Amino acid sequence: MGMTMTQKIMARHAGLDHVEAGQHILADLDLVMGNDITTPVAIGAFREMEAAKVFDPEKVAMVLDHFTPNKDIKAATQCKMIREFAKEMGITHYYDGGDVGIEHVILPEKGLVKAGDMVIGADSHTCTYGALGAFSTGVGSTDMAVGMATGKAWFRVPEAILFTLTGKPGKWINGKDLILYIIGKIGVDGARYLSMEFAGEGVAALSMDDRFTVANMAIEAGGKNGIFPVDDLTKEYLMDHAGEIGVVEEADADAAYKEQYEIDLSTLEPMVAFPHLPENTKPASEAGDIVLDQVVIGSCTNGRISDLRQAAEILKGQKAAKDVRLLIIPGSQEVYKQAIAEGLIDVFIDSRAIVGPPTCGPCLGGHMGILAKGERALSTTNRNFVGRMGHPESEVYLCSPAVAAASAIAGHIVHPDTVVK
Amino acid sequence: MNRSQLHSEQEALVIQSEVIKYGDNVDTDVIIPARYLNSSDPSDLAAHCMEDLDADFGQKVKDRKIISAGKNFGCGSSREHAPIAIKAAGVRCIVAESFARIFYRNAINIGLPILECAEAAQALRDGAEVEVDLSGGIIRNLTSGEVYKTHPFPSFLRDIIESGGLTRYAKERML
Repeated sequence: MGMTMTQKIMARHAGLDHVEAGQHILADLDLVMGNDITTPVAIGAFREMEAAKVFDPEKVAMVLDHFTPNKDIKAATQCKMIREFAKEMGITHYYDGGDVGIEHVILPEKGLVKAGDMVIGADSHTCTYGALGAFSTGVGSTDMAVGMATGKAWFRVPEAILFTLTGKPGKWINGKDLILYIIGKIGVDGARYLSMEFAGEGVAALSMDDRFTVANMAIEAGGKNGIFPVDDLTKEYLMDHAGEIGVVEEADADAAYKEQYEIDLSTLEPMVAFPHLPENTKPASEAGDIVLDQVVIGSCTNGRISDLRQAAEILKGQKAAKDVRLLIIPGSQEVYKQAIAEGLIDVFIDSRAIVGPPTCGPCLGGHMGILAKGERALSTTNRNFVGRMGHPESEVYLCSPAVAAASAIAGHIVHPDTVVK
Repeated sequence: MNRSQLHSEQEALVIQSEVIKYGDNVDTDVIIPARYLNSSDPSDLAAHCMEDLDADFGQKVKDRKIISAGKNFGCGSSREHAPIAIKAAGVRCIVAESFARIFYRNAINIGLPILECAEAAQALRDGAEVEVDLSGGIIRNLTSGEVYKTHPFPSFLRDIIESGGLTRYAKERML
């Protein structure tokens, strides 16, 4: 029996010629990542193990992005603890202050992940780097600690679901619409413990930013990872950012898949996920009268430059409705600078948006955009669980930057065509 | 409370208690909301465990030590604070139809006993008196008399569990 793309990466990192679904392996890691919420717990576990040093200071990344700029004294104390640990261990890829950005935006940007790499991160959206043809998955803090100390992690080799993409996406369609469509179809546990492998000629029609968005939300279907084949676009991205491509793996022709879906990208519509699960999807055109208090554009899911361009195209010359607070958060300093260079930030400010510093901030109800009881937000983030953005009786709806921008203008959820003049 | 205190409690192999019952897709944002993640102290986390899902959890858990839930328990964020909060609140075992994968790893890694058993999880009602035999993977509903058996853990995971969690396993075997 052949292997899936994920299984091939796993086998190579476990020093094996072949792995089977269900097998437990101990794999060598190319990168171990943590953020300001998960790293303090990992440091505790690292100390408990009495490990003297990290396995390789070049292969550990720490990104202080969730509660930063420090939102309160407790958060500041946690960041200080990480800062001291990073100094003690000589961590090279330590991102804080002006070097910071949202972890899953900056790690690819800084070229820390290559094709065929094996990456764990103490953040569930670590699956983002599957867009680069790497195996990457979210783990907890203890796994991060053991990864930092030993350079290894245990895995159960997953089966896979194959998504074969055809066609080209229409106007306004973002990777977000594809992944929301998939989650709506298979459910929030539809890919539980499974790889989500993407293939087909439709892949070429997705930008790298779209692929990051799709892989990012594999976890919202319960997936272990989401992974894209490495094509010319991936290679160009990797050469530009990492200076090398890495190891290009391909699924064997006779690889087994637990399930298979074919999706024609030309049939996708702008989607919205209703509270309180990402699987509660419907086309934006069928949303009904959902009046909004806040709109958020940003996050590890949709905080990249093409996301901001999509939002600006709609917001240019228009204004967010009077009763809507529009927050736009570039995912990194690079994205921020590029947005300034292209005039996007002027467009946003002129459209009544508040432009914030790169941070996870409101996505997880951390800070910089918390909802009061009874308030409703439309957001390009990834989760709409109860209380996710603030009060347990607030609501979050998920969508693409185009739907978010258009809805901010309308004051309620709309299809982008409704407001484009 | 620090991390080692969380771990040092000796785990009994047989747990008898009334059940606290929840539904499907209990996510880590309701297990421990992000607004409390500016601390990693287990007792701080325990104080707010489940509060957005069940305001009475803090009262219930004083004398009910087993959670039973539906599908995909622990979905969402990778925060290990979630199983830590549950364990520090006094829960001794979770029986669910299925667990989200990161929560599953985290629970094994920190030594919180979890059992995946769809039949038991579907049958157990809130307040049922249950005995869980962790070594045999046997769940007895003492209220109804029904007995359920789970699949045993694979040997690799059993080694981690028997070591008392992944840090101890790694310290003994990987460093």
